[in-house]
Amino acid sequence: MTIDAAPRSTEPDRAAVAMVERLRSVLRPDQVRDTPTELHLYRHDASNLAGRASVVCFAETTADVQAVVGVANQFGVPFVARGSGTGLAGGAVPTDGAIVVSTTKMNRILSVDAVNRLAWVEPGVLNLDVSNQIAHLGVHFAPDPSSQQTCSIGGNVANNSGGPHCLADGVTSAHIHAVEVVLPDGSVTVLGGEDPEPAGYDLRGVFVGSEGMFGVATRICVKLMQNPPDVATMLLDFADVADGAQLVSDIIADGIVPAAVEMMDQLCLQAVEKFIHAGLPVHQAAALLIEVVGEPAGVAAQVDRIRELAGVRQVGTIRVAADDVERALLWKGRKSAFGAIARIKPNYYLHDTVVPRHRLPEVLEQVYEIAARHDLLVLNVFHAGDGNLHPLLVFDAREPGVVDRVHAAGDEIVRVSVAAGGVLSGEHGIGLEKRDLMPLMFSEIDLAAQGALRRAFDPMLLSNPDKVLPSPAGCGDIHSVPEGAWV
Amino acid sequence: MGVNLDGAIEEFADEVGDVDPVTITGAGTRGGPIGGARAVGAPTGIDWIQPAEMTIRCGAGTPVDDVQAALAEHGQCVAIPAGGTIGGALAVGRSGIRRLGWGPMRDTVLQTRYVSSAGSVVKAGGPTVKNVSGFDLCRLLVGSYGTLGFLADVILRTRPGPTRERWFTSDRDPWDLLVELYRPTSVLWNGATTWVVLDGHPTDVDDQVRRAGLSETGGPPLLPPHRSSMAPGALVDLRAEAPESFMAEIGVGVVHRSVAMPRVPPSSEVLELHRRIKCEFDPAGRLNPGLDVLAG
Repeated sequence: MTIDAAPRSTEPDRAAVAMVERLRSVLRPDQVRDTPTELHLYRHDASNLAGRASVVCFAETTADVQAVVGVANQFGVPFVARGSGTGLAGGAVPTDGAIVVSTTKMNRILSVDAVNRLAWVEPGVLNLDVSNQIAHLGVHFAPDPSSQQTCSIGGNVANNSGGPHCLADGVTSAHIHAVEVVLPDGSVTVLGGEDPEPAGYDLRGVFVGSEGMFGVATRICVKLMQNPPDVATMLLDFADVADGAQLVSDIIADGIVPAAVEMMDQLCLQAVEKFIHAGLPVHQAAALLIEVVGEPAGVAAQVDRIRELAGVRQVGTIRVAADDVERALLWKGRKSAFGAIARIKPNYYLHDTVVPRHRLPEVLEQVYEIAARHDLLVLNVFHAGDGNLHPLLVFDAREPGVVDRVHAAGDEIVRVSVAAGGVLSGEHGIGLEKRDLMPLMFSEIDLAAQGALRRAFDPMLLSNPDKVLPSPAGCGDIHSVPEGAWV
Repeated sequence: MGVNLDGAIEEFADEVGDVDPVTITGAGTRGGPIGGARAVGAPTGIDWIQPAEMTIRCGAGTPVDDVQAALAEHGQCVAIPAGGTIGGALAVGRSGIRRLGWGPMRDTVLQTRYVSSAGSVVKAGGPTVKNVSGFDLCRLLVGSYGTLGFLADVILRTRPGPTRERWFTSDRDPWDLLVELYRPTSVLWNGATTWVVLDGHPTDVDDQVRRAGLSETGGPPLLPPHRSSMAPGALVDLRAEAPESFMAEIGVGVVHRSVAMPRVPPSSEVLELHRRIKCEFDPAGRLNPGLDVLAG
């Protein structure tokens, strides 16, 4: 669905032509692309939303980004930074003919200090490449979104991304020491620092998760974590989803914070099993994938205690991965769930909300009820340890009326999550998708404060406009998402 | 427990009001009120503790030690250094000596209600342990010394323990220990002696102690009163300084000394961002007037 419905003349306007010419003079001409095919490709990210780009620039250096932002300011045209385009909330969708600044060619790991456990990387480096390339040093980058093979560190910073292993170690914000940024006015500075207490406000902290609206990250100092000496990966299955969900709270209340606690329900287990043949418990209502890490005695004691607690919750079987191969297979099942789902229906809509852990059983029940009422199939595969739900509505978009039902069901899922004391998004961000739902969580006064922070960074509102803040708080000419647009 | 924080927050907002210079004070352990401005204090008391969520809601004026004592009953704690009030600790933003293992204090704040310079109650963040809904105003407020808004209440993320924590000393190189030990909670070094905190299963701790040749000690060393902040990689330069003239947090970069060190001046761009943020959040400059957060 295109969200910018402004009429377009067949003649490119003269200002746009001049702007592209100017971009070609400040970058190499081959870094500036505006063929119809390229503009079409960069209209959207991994969400179901599309906008309109006027030109795509492939930055290779901080100076390139600075040059593009300078031209954007000169012509008064918005710009949108984009990493791998794997965002699910429309955060990298260009609106209003924005300049897209791709950071995919800024993909070098610049330095690694394995002793003090930090590294400087460029924003286009892929998440998994960081950990793979430093594995021999005994360290890794903790945030591990399911898209980690393809998503970029710059995108992780923009969205404050999570992942299964953020339960014990925290989301991206906890793993970023510093960010070199091109601010929306084209100036360059470093927010935060390798030193732990830079003077003044935590500008690093507010930049992380600002969804590209506070400037463009061009170098990022990430925190690295020690690889654990011992790991136990357990798969526990249940005849009743509520028992599995309740066990999650029991484990945490017992003082154990596993590295990861993931849940997959029956439809998901069945889809994944057909895909990877891992011997998953396809006849059970749900399974928990739990990983505990650390030193051997601590890991063994936690595994024993989790077995005891699971017994109280009528666990079916408990499978502990015997080796790294089996562990990798179980994780492959979790992380390839979204691919496996294509075997059920050709389309899916993935939601992302958070509820307090102890409300998981009842909210899951509501999710199933909502899907059934809208005659939709729902699969649940999610970060149960931190209450981060990911209901997947699967459907065939060719079926008349189904898109409206998916939209309505998704809206209800978000509302029941917030009503249960939860939040709009745990890790995908607000972007365009949930922008107009922000008032479910925040008052006008709350949103005005967020708008004030945005203006402090970007008084001209040129950096990725139209995202996150609904119209009144943005104090700008914010476009509304047209009625009927599928968000 | 179960204090009426919502009512107290409304009263607090009325007290802050929207005119005249106003300053906030807690226990005064981390600076106290600004002279020449009307002083207010944030609501106190614990509203609830949810052990299975690992969260707690309390007034910003609640003493840190009260919060830790209440959490200890559930085998939990919060990564905020002892003494003073929760709001004071957060406003100043200085983490404790367990930052290496526990992470910085700023990451404990999930949600806050603060009173703005207009006297309004503003909510930032959300109550769950994971949340990316909107901009992270909680991070902005931690370490802002009450110059952008006065914290009224907070929902904090707690952590297990530290019921099995033990302190050790060694004469070994602190960076060797940082590499060898698995996730020590703290590694402190004064140029002559290294202090290490380990936490976990007793068998594992004993194994680490044996392998690394550590000696058990009663507790942390005394810290000199002034702190400065260096890149952790730059701490090796302290080898050139007189032993026992400092206490460095290895792997973190905080250095405690008996004399104050000059701060690295921020870039002009960072200065400008500070000016604009202050202007947006407190245009009349009435909150903690004259306080320079960059002088820290």
